[in-house]
Amino acid sequence: MSATTAEVREQRLSQEEVEKLAHPKRPMRQRVGVVFSYIGMGLIVLYCIIPFYWMIVSSLRQPSEGLSTELIPSPASIENYKSVFSPVNNFGRSLINSVIVAGTTTILTLVLGIIGAYALARLRFTGKGAVLWLVMACSMFPLVVLLPPLLKMFSSTEPFTWFPYWVNTYQAVILPSLSFALPLAVWNLTAFFRQLPVELEQAAMVDGCTPGVAFRKVILPLAAPGIFTTAIIVFIGAWNEFLIALTFLQDKNMQTATVAISKFTGTTGFETPYGTIMAAGVLVTVPLLLAVLIFQRRIVAGLTAGGVK
Amino acid sequence: MATATAEPRSLPATEGDGHKHKKNALSDGQGRLAWMLLAPTLIVIFVVAGIPVAMSIRESFFQTNSGVDPTTGLIAAGDKFVGLQNFTDIFKGQNPVTGSYGTMDRFWNAFLNTTFITIVCVILETIIGVAMALIMAKAFRGRGVVRAGILVPWAIPTIVSALMWKLIFDANGVMNKIIGKQILWLADSGASFWAIVIADTWKTAAFIGLLTLAGLGTIPAEVYEAAKVDGATTWQQFVRITLPMVKPTLVVAVLFRTLDTLRMFDLPYGMIGAGKYRVETLSVFSYQEAAQSRYGPAAAYAIILFIYVLVVAYLFVRILGADVIGDADVAKKKKKKKGDEEPAGPPATALEMAGGAH
Repeated sequence: MSATTAEVREQRLSQEEVEKLAHPKRPMRQRVGVVFSYIGMGLIVLYCIIPFYWMIVSSLRQPSEGLSTELIPSPASIENYKSVFSPVNNFGRSLINSVIVAGTTTILTLVLGIIGAYALARLRFTGKGAVLWLVMACSMFPLVVLLPPLLKMFSSTEPFTWFPYWVNTYQAVILPSLSFALPLAVWNLTAFFRQLPVELEQAAMVDGCTPGVAFRKVILPLAAPGIFTTAIIVFIGAWNEFLIALTFLQDKNMQTATVAISKFTGTTGFETPYGTIMAAGVLVTVPLLLAVLIFQRRIVAGLTAGGVK
Repeated sequence: MATATAEPRSLPATEGDGHKHKKNALSDGQGRLAWMLLAPTLIVIFVVAGIPVAMSIRESFFQTNSGVDPTTGLIAAGDKFVGLQNFTDIFKGQNPVTGSYGTMDRFWNAFLNTTFITIVCVILETIIGVAMALIMAKAFRGRGVVRAGILVPWAIPTIVSALMWKLIFDANGVMNKIIGKQILWLADSGASFWAIVIADTWKTAAFIGLLTLAGLGTIPAEVYEAAKVDGATTWQQFVRITLPMVKPTLVVAVLFRTLDTLRMFDLPYGMIGAGKYRVETLSVFSYQEAAQSRYGPAAAYAIILFIYVLVVAYLFVRILGADVIGDADVAKKKKKKKGDEEPAGPPATALEMAGGAH
């Protein structure tokens, strides 16, 4: 009995479905949907791009027209870019500082993160949960918690007179930067290592590799995309870092690019030199944008893969 | 963190469900190796985060001496122990300022600013982000272009975006020209709040969209087909299918955005400036105090902010079930403790952690 009713219902449903499918309204609606989705996507792109467009346009105006609201600079000028590198602003030096700080932070983070993440992803041990929570908690610190004691320490004031004077040194920025870069890297790499089947290492070990060799020869090459992605993201984070550098780098020759931009006084006088600031902003952002656009698929796909099973 | 300490420490020989776990050549007896591999990371975390936090906690019980010590008559230097005074002072209203919420102690003003900026920003970002994800999920072509566009705000350094919005929101800037009004966005007015909200939402909404899109991709199409056959409207499909199934991803994304926004510094500092009470966040306030060598109060405010962040994170994990750890071994232990529970959602991704716009 019940079997036959179920059968009947199923039949009726499929008939309705056929009718629905045959209905002429549906493709029309779908087409409208497609049009709307394109309009929506256009809006999203505009939303993301327009403020950045304004930054580029403003950087290409003449320095005296920093606040002009014309959509296209007329006449266009690269004066602002010249003044970015004028001796007053000394921006070239700041860019080099940024490269050194962000580069060193990235390398240190990767070396430590890879070993740590491997242990978290592969080995079974008591206290793993505690370590994971510790790493997670570490990414929740407000940086302002770390700064007052570190500032006291690095400026070797009481009670840290024994500590070397580290204000205006690269290590004063690199070390605190690890506090946010390392949790990020460990987290990301752990997700990547977990995705690789453990059988790969087991096979290598059956073939006579020690766990260390199996890791180096099998896992590392396979995780290379993940490591690369992590490197990009850590680098961007370190490159964009502002608060730590602002606190510890007061000497103009040691400032990173983000701090230098925030302290631009311009060559023209008391007015905020918007043109120069925007030009410097474009210069700082464009390398990152190129990297992000070239590797966007890898960045997005790789990272979200860790989050969505 | 509280969960970690509350977890029962099961012996390595027994797995969560009480059975002896299978011998595994790869993982047995490798606890020591694991700790060796983790040692460098843990040491660095200890040095760059553990020690400073401990020092900060100590610092918060001290005040820098100023002027003449009343008991000895000597000019005092260094620090003096004041117990909990730095914390209790926030209730005394010694430093009243006038912000958007009336006249109150500068700490509470910053606290309310932080809270309201976070609430408004996160709600807006979530709505816009989910809308973006829904639009992108419908797209057949051109998804790559949109994704590239979305990464633009993310890649711009927050301080640069702060200065960019400062130009846009200038009294003679393009924003006022578009809306045809003369609003003083940057002059420590009520509008400054919205300037911050707009700038922050711009930078991070797309980001929530990106993560939600990844979550949407995991929902099987059959579920929607079945719902359509049953006559569900689009709205019903969204509320009954899309939202519940994308919830684990979304909750973790929102959690990380919330924590980042609570710690916001670069944006108000770069865009409106320090010492502007209408938008002064706890991070900016604490930084200002430290910059004036008032290390004790600065540390106290920073620690309150840290506790605030931890409490919010804990509530997210408890109430909304955000699974930030996502480790099978750890999840098993938890399950044993809490009995039957929903299956663990996805772990937090590094992308979420990297989404920060402090």
